Amino acid sequence: MSERFSCERGLGSAVEAPALVSLYTFSPRYDLDRVGGVISRIGHPNFGQSVAGKILVCPGVQGGIAGGWAFLMMKGRGVGFAGLVFGDVNPVMVQGAAAAGIPIVSGVDPDIFKRLASGTKIRLDPCARIVEIIG
Amino acid sequence: MHLTQHEKKIAAGQLGEPLRIALEQQIGVGEFFGAERFVEISNVHVMGDYEVMGEAGKTYLENLVASGARACVPCTRNAACVDYDHAEQLHQSPALVENEREVRRLIGELGFATVETCINYQSVYTPRFREHVAWGDTGTVAYANGALGARTNYESGPAAIAAAITGRTPAYGFHLDEARRPNYRFVVEAPLRDVADYGAVAAIVGERARGYWNVPLIELRDASPAPDDLKHLGATLASFGSLAMYHVLGVTPEAPDRETVMKGATLLDEVSISAADVDDVYARGTPADPAVNLVVFTAPQLSLVELERLADLFADRKIANGSTVIVTTNSMMFDAAQHCGVTQRIKATGALVLQGVCWYIMDPAAMRKEFGWKRVVTNSGKLFNIIKAHGYEPVLRRTADAVEAAVTGRLP
Repeated sequence: MSERFSCERGLGSAVEAPALVSLYTFSPRYDLDRVGGVISRIGHPNFGQSVAGKILVCPGVQGGIAGGWAFLMMKGRGVGFAGLVFGDVNPVMVQGAAAAGIPIVSGVDPDIFKRLASGTKIRLDPCARIVEIIG
Repeated sequence: MHLTQHEKKIAAGQLGEPLRIALEQQIGVGEFFGAERFVEISNVHVMGDYEVMGEAGKTYLENLVASGARACVPCTRNAACVDYDHAEQLHQSPALVENEREVRRLIGELGFATVETCINYQSVYTPRFREHVAWGDTGTVAYANGALGARTNYESGPAAIAAAITGRTPAYGFHLDEARRPNYRFVVEAPLRDVADYGAVAAIVGERARGYWNVPLIELRDASPAPDDLKHLGATLASFGSLAMYHVLGVTPEAPDRETVMKGATLLDEVSISAADVDDVYARGTPADPAVNLVVFTAPQLSLVELERLADLFADRKIANGSTVIVTTNSMMFDAAQHCGVTQRIKATGALVLQGVCWYIMDPAAMRKEFGWKRVVTNSGKLFNIIKAHGYEPVLRRTADAVEAAVTGRLP
């Protein structure tokens, strides 16, 4: 039986893709090689992992304005996220996702961080405010 | 969201596709955050350079220009990644320089003043109390909200451009009274005498009250901040804590006294900051080996007052052999300093004075590899935080101590 996690807010179309789960707050400028689409921050638990075509699942965000362009840049290079699932979020991530056409939700049920592992396929439905484990 | 008659016309495409697309994007963001309406804005400040947006961002701008999109309010552009006069000296690639030149042209075509500054509030446009604007660059947002009592959220590049095209932005977050009330209180017992002291305090506050929606109330027991101090305070709060709003009791316009600023708000935490706490921030990253060969004054760009002080502190001394000193400002401050002979005095020390850039967005990771730099001394709390992501070992020092490091090649 699939597991579902509610969210408080959402924007964009439904998408299915493997999850990339991080327990750390996310910053496109601090954490990513935006050219290659790889987690590049030294010491980051997901260091070296590709983000291309994955749905990022993490508790929060940090950093500034650069994220607004980062999603667009990465999508243009074919190394962008398929979707974004956050606990807490700031305007930059939502604005950047809107410009790049990437589905995004925030206020996800924190249980997801106990139940979901990277690589597991999930369905993100921003309109229904649901993240569902499907594989 | 409730739309006015004018906004309904935009949404229906009656005023053209660029406006319709921009408003649609804004409605998506506004509804995400529960905005009930738009608010008209009087000024836009956009962050966008080739280093951060890449080819996809440039194409995004090209498409906007080709569609006939045009800003309908006064707009400025943030600091960029290339100083054309020093690009070769700093080994910046010709491809980056040319792409950045094209991005600058495109942003200008959209109706933005390509002034390349992250201190627009000190040199181009200073919004009044309660004026709604749409600003990018986190430091400008913190200054607008905190120091000036103007109103803006973080507006990332595409969002700021959308606001410029429509002349409005969704009314959520710091456009609304309720989001601006403090929920943290910090009592600073430490004496603050330098911009770096304000950066050190902001590091503590930002780490403790981290989160975009949090608002610290800061009470200074032994300090009287100048605008440049508030500039560094806000920029560093944004860097360490993703904060966009702050109050300084008795200093910033929404905090004349505690009762007025609180308006019944509830505090999540109250913290005292001592001189020892500030010293601890300075101690972070202080190496056993005091040798230094890179000192940077940037983030935000320096005002004329800061440039004058820097020239006075160098006092006609030269920087140490083998050392590099980088100072960044905008073209307006550069010209004013040149007019007053200040730029010449700083350059005479051997320092580079760059204009139109902020060093941390000039691909400092590439410079580190190119020039063998590793440790960087700065008086900027923001740079102290952000430059670690580029592989540097940052050391925060008061301005006078950073100058001594530049002159002697050793940390004082």
